[in-house]
Amino acid sequence: MTRKRRRLVLISSALGVLAVAVALILSALKDSIVFFNSPTDVVEKHVAPGSRIRLGGLVRDGSVVRGSDLAVRFEVTDGANTIAVAYQGILPDLFREGQGVVTEGVLDPSGTFKADSVLAKHDEKYMPKEVADALKKSGHWKENEGTGPQARTQ
Amino acid sequence: MIPELGHFALVLALFLALIQATVPVFGARRNDSLLMSVAGTTAIGQFCFVALSFAALVACYVQSDFSVETVFENSHSAMPLIYKITSAWGNHEGSMLLWVLILALFGALVAVFGGNLPDRLKANVLGVQSWIAVAFDLFILLTSNPFLRIAEAPLEGRDLNPLLQDLGLAIHPPLLYLGYVGFSITFSFAIAALIEGRVDAAWARWVRPWALLAWTFLTLGIAMGSYWAYYTLGWGGWWFWDPVENASLMPWLAGTALLHSALVTEKRNALKIWTILLAILAFSLSLVGTFLVRSGVLTSVHAFASDPARGIFILAILTLFIGGAFALYAWRAPILKQGGLFAPISREGALVLNNLFLVSACATVVFGTLYPLGLEVVTGEKISVGAPFFNWTFGPIFILLMIAVPFGPLLAWKRGDLLGVAQRLMGAMAIATIGVAVTFAVEGGGPVLVPFAIGLALYLLAGAATELIERTGLLKVPVRTALARARGLPRSAWGTAFAHMGLAITLLGIIGETQWGAERIAEVKPGQALSIRRYDFQFDGVTERQGPNYHEVAARFTIRHAGDFVGVMEPSKRTFPSRGTDTNEAALMTRGFAQLYISLGETAPDGSIGVRIYYKPLVVLIWLGAMVMALGGVLSLSDRRLRIGAPMPARRKSAAMQPAE
Repeated sequence: MTRKRRRLVLISSALGVLAVAVALILSALKDSIVFFNSPTDVVEKHVAPGSRIRLGGLVRDGSVVRGSDLAVRFEVTDGANTIAVAYQGILPDLFREGQGVVTEGVLDPSGTFKADSVLAKHDEKYMPKEVADALKKSGHWKENEGTGPQARTQ
Repeated sequence: MIPELGHFALVLALFLALIQATVPVFGARRNDSLLMSVAGTTAIGQFCFVALSFAALVACYVQSDFSVETVFENSHSAMPLIYKITSAWGNHEGSMLLWVLILALFGALVAVFGGNLPDRLKANVLGVQSWIAVAFDLFILLTSNPFLRIAEAPLEGRDLNPLLQDLGLAIHPPLLYLGYVGFSITFSFAIAALIEGRVDAAWARWVRPWALLAWTFLTLGIAMGSYWAYYTLGWGGWWFWDPVENASLMPWLAGTALLHSALVTEKRNALKIWTILLAILAFSLSLVGTFLVRSGVLTSVHAFASDPARGIFILAILTLFIGGAFALYAWRAPILKQGGLFAPISREGALVLNNLFLVSACATVVFGTLYPLGLEVVTGEKISVGAPFFNWTFGPIFILLMIAVPFGPLLAWKRGDLLGVAQRLMGAMAIATIGVAVTFAVEGGGPVLVPFAIGLALYLLAGAATELIERTGLLKVPVRTALARARGLPRSAWGTAFAHMGLAITLLGIIGETQWGAERIAEVKPGQALSIRRYDFQFDGVTERQGPNYHEVAARFTIRHAGDFVGVMEPSKRTFPSRGTDTNEAALMTRGFAQLYISLGETAPDGSIGVRIYYKPLVVLIWLGAMVMALGGVLSLSDRRLRIGAPMPARRKSAAMQPAE
């Protein structure tokens, strides 16, 4: 094999692997990423029922209703708009009324958000960044909101 | 007094770092051996002072000196001693000091064990290492000083984040940092080579052990982090494709590629420029990881505090080092003497293929991690890139890589015989085929991919063993002869085989856990039982307990397998009054390679309790595989070849050579 051909094999195999990687990334980008929406986004952007999204905001005070077999309903609000959420399963330790939450799932045709996961926050001090930004955008952000129960107990 | 001592020691370390960053490099240009020899002394001195500083910080935590702000914020006098010690690095300031401590440790190791390095190379390597030290010492002193005092000392601390009150904090960060920061040495070697303008087989021989060392620790650190997340978060997952996890996976992939390409540079004096690039890349990705985790760009348990000044400072360090390294690379790499090209079908060719796959896999992880951040900056749109993305991009590339892995070590250098190797792998392929058939038969229906995945893992396992079996003549010669030969085999051959087998073992664990696991989420009343996979979980009731700094509600479950009593599991919930938070302590029971896993949800007023129960077959193999990989790293490190160094004459000549400029 000549030098030229060796170089050609090397370069074309490199390009081949690279092309595979790029193709995989592009196809994955099409259908495996999930957009974050606040309740206002859901209303304004007319998110289509059935498409997978993340919904984040505050759990509205007094909205949590527990059913049988670990079913739970609550409302997520950003102050301007409110979306009802239905979930079945165990809620994260830090799920509380009035606190930030991020849920993932699909909107059903009646407008209820069927969540299949409610994301755990790692720390009581931490308000999910997306939620904080959404609240700031809707004008319902209060400076001490992100500090959670700790600030209140002291 | 102690905090001031620690602070002062760190300032002294900074001054030593400044000397080390300039004098030896200047000496190397002037070929002044006296100036160059300064590096060794300052490197050891730096380590001593940073260690003193770190010891002072730990002392503050052990004594619960709440006049120190970080101690007040992150410690509590009622915590057990072990957590008092570990909480020293369970926060931003302390963890950065640990980072710098390990950086200084690696510098000192090069100074102590680098006796056989040419003077100029050693001086430059330690000089570059010290540039990094200067940057991070300044970062700590200017933005993240762990020794700041509070005017009026509070009586009690605010406690450590309860999630971090775990033995994992004692193990995971030090191991991970040993890996992350370990790549600073290969980075320094790469920059030193660019400054000197020469890379040869001897250079690669010095770089490889450091890359191996860092890689081994990083492998263990990632595995430990994964296990910690698995048992502590209560979701039963062991890998979430969380950006923080990806931050450690990226340098691991680049480092793995570096290990393999340095082999080609060492053995065949080729791929030099590529190896340098990988060395720069591995540490750059470590820095990117540090930035992502520490700057507050991402909110997670690892982002202890988000202070914009810190984020910008780290971003500046990042830009300076990565930008500088790549600029130097673009400028100097062309003058490095190119090695020869080689036949595509050869050991070198196989290693290039390995590098292509690893780097592509790394690129998909980098893309998936950074794309959401970039998109938000550009369009304001927030997205999450999760497991489906990585399964669809990283997965296929890694599958291709794993098909190729057993071929590599069996191909000869220079010119290999692909058909011959395929014939030698017949045994492995036969085992794989049997595995596929058996899995098909047992599974019946189910996803078609599963039997093939099992086949791939078995093929990889047997393929890695093939080389050992052939070289020891096992199955052909008497066992005693084979054993004698096994002892005579170079350790690096064992290392390769173990590392590759570890990969196969991890793969088996992943398949078992994801495909054959069972999960139940339900509410149970005392006396009720739940069952999965012939295991009965009977809920006996709850007991309340008082821990040192928490209140605990534990639920007792009696476990029976096919009716026989096998044990008791006690998952619990802990409430930490000082922080007003709860943690979930999952209960685990290991049965062979499988684990039973229970974590608790909420307690209802009627005494029933929400539980998650998992049966996870083969799950232990995931981490066992990582440990086998790390064992491979240790075996390779103990190879005689790496301890003895390059032939003497070549080194004398290189040491005496004039600067290449």
